[in-house]
Amino acid sequence: MENALSIFVRSIFVDNMIFAYFLGMCSYLAVSKNVKTSIGLGIAVTFVLLITLPVNYLLEVHVLRAGALSWLGDNFANLDLSYLSFILFIAVIAAIVQLVEMVVEKFSPSLYASLGIFLPLIAVNCAIMGGALFMQQRTGLEPTDPKALTSIVDVLAYALGSGFGWALAIVGLAAIREKLEYSDVPAPLRGLGITFITVGLMALAFLCFSGLKI
Amino acid sequence: MKMNEELKNTLLGPLSKNNPIAVQVLGICSALAVTVELKPALVMGISVTIIVALANVVISLIRNTIPNSVRIIVQLVVVAALVTIVSEFLKAFAFDVSVQLSVYIGLIITNCILMGRLEAFAMSNKPGAAFLDGLGNGFGYAMILVIVAFVRELFGSGSLLGFQIIPHSWYEAGYVNNGLMMMPSMAMILLACFIWVHRSLDKDLQEKG
Repeated sequence: MENALSIFVRSIFVDNMIFAYFLGMCSYLAVSKNVKTSIGLGIAVTFVLLITLPVNYLLEVHVLRAGALSWLGDNFANLDLSYLSFILFIAVIAAIVQLVEMVVEKFSPSLYASLGIFLPLIAVNCAIMGGALFMQQRTGLEPTDPKALTSIVDVLAYALGSGFGWALAIVGLAAIREKLEYSDVPAPLRGLGITFITVGLMALAFLCFSGLKI
Repeated sequence: MKMNEELKNTLLGPLSKNNPIAVQVLGICSALAVTVELKPALVMGISVTIIVALANVVISLIRNTIPNSVRIIVQLVVVAALVTIVSEFLKAFAFDVSVQLSVYIGLIITNCILMGRLEAFAMSNKPGAAFLDGLGNGFGYAMILVIVAFVRELFGSGSLLGFQIIPHSWYEAGYVNNGLMMMPSMAMILLACFIWVHRSLDKDLQEKG
């Protein structure tokens, strides 16, 4: 439990998906023009991460990694299917995103109306796939490593923390960009250029969390 | 003649006028993360070029048989298969680089350059043109990676491709490597500088604000 809390906090501030790993930059840059839509996208990413990461974790532990299939009998104990992980992870993500879209549309039309446009985009958001790949890497670590994800609770904490971190980053950038509208930026830097510089400075600010220990 | 002109534009356009990173804003994630050193950046650039070109050809070949409603999943599976091949290849022949690139090789699957080019070009063009478009975009992407990685490795660790460039005597005279260059944030600021120069030279690309 303590480990899960530490993973949660670290994945928001220290291993922030945007500032430390640049995951999900494309939609991050494209959608961060106003605060309201970016809150919507932030929630959608957190939501999809929370559903897909545990599923991919179970796949990794019980199907994909070396020796994971031993529950099928001794004949399968030596199989290592990890080369299939890219295809399986992305198929799971695409399928779940489709499913979530249908469920949300049926049960909560108002939520669907606000998330609607973002949900299909999220299937190809690097943050989701990157989350799955980092999860795969970190489940393979020694259990004593503070970064290791040893149980499904850890994975949930990781998913929630990464999602929050991503949402925090996009809402922060959107707030800054709304103010930047009124400033006089040199013409060649307008738009993309100044946004990159802003993100760079935000990443520098987040560096001060890197010594954070729980 | 007109045909040739068009093909040439498909191949060379993405290098500057229509650069995937600086103009179309595609594939930023991996571009920034692998540029601490020149070698992984080169490998990443080559891998993406190969994958975009091949995926463009495959999707363009089957473009008339893909049902519209499931096209994203079909595209993802084709790309994922190609990425798996490249990743296994790197693990076998360039293990140290594949460790350095870690998850970013897998992330080529969700690299927006791939999906962007497949959707925008391969779905509506012949395989030959699609191949050139893939090559062009891959080169445009690799070019930015190499430029950013060149600056970051030269000033961050004083070497290029692992060879020491800044002479030892400079360090004795008090020269210090710029540790900031190794930080993720510097990648973004360098990219911003690149965009600045690029858009000052080519005024058509400037955004109205």
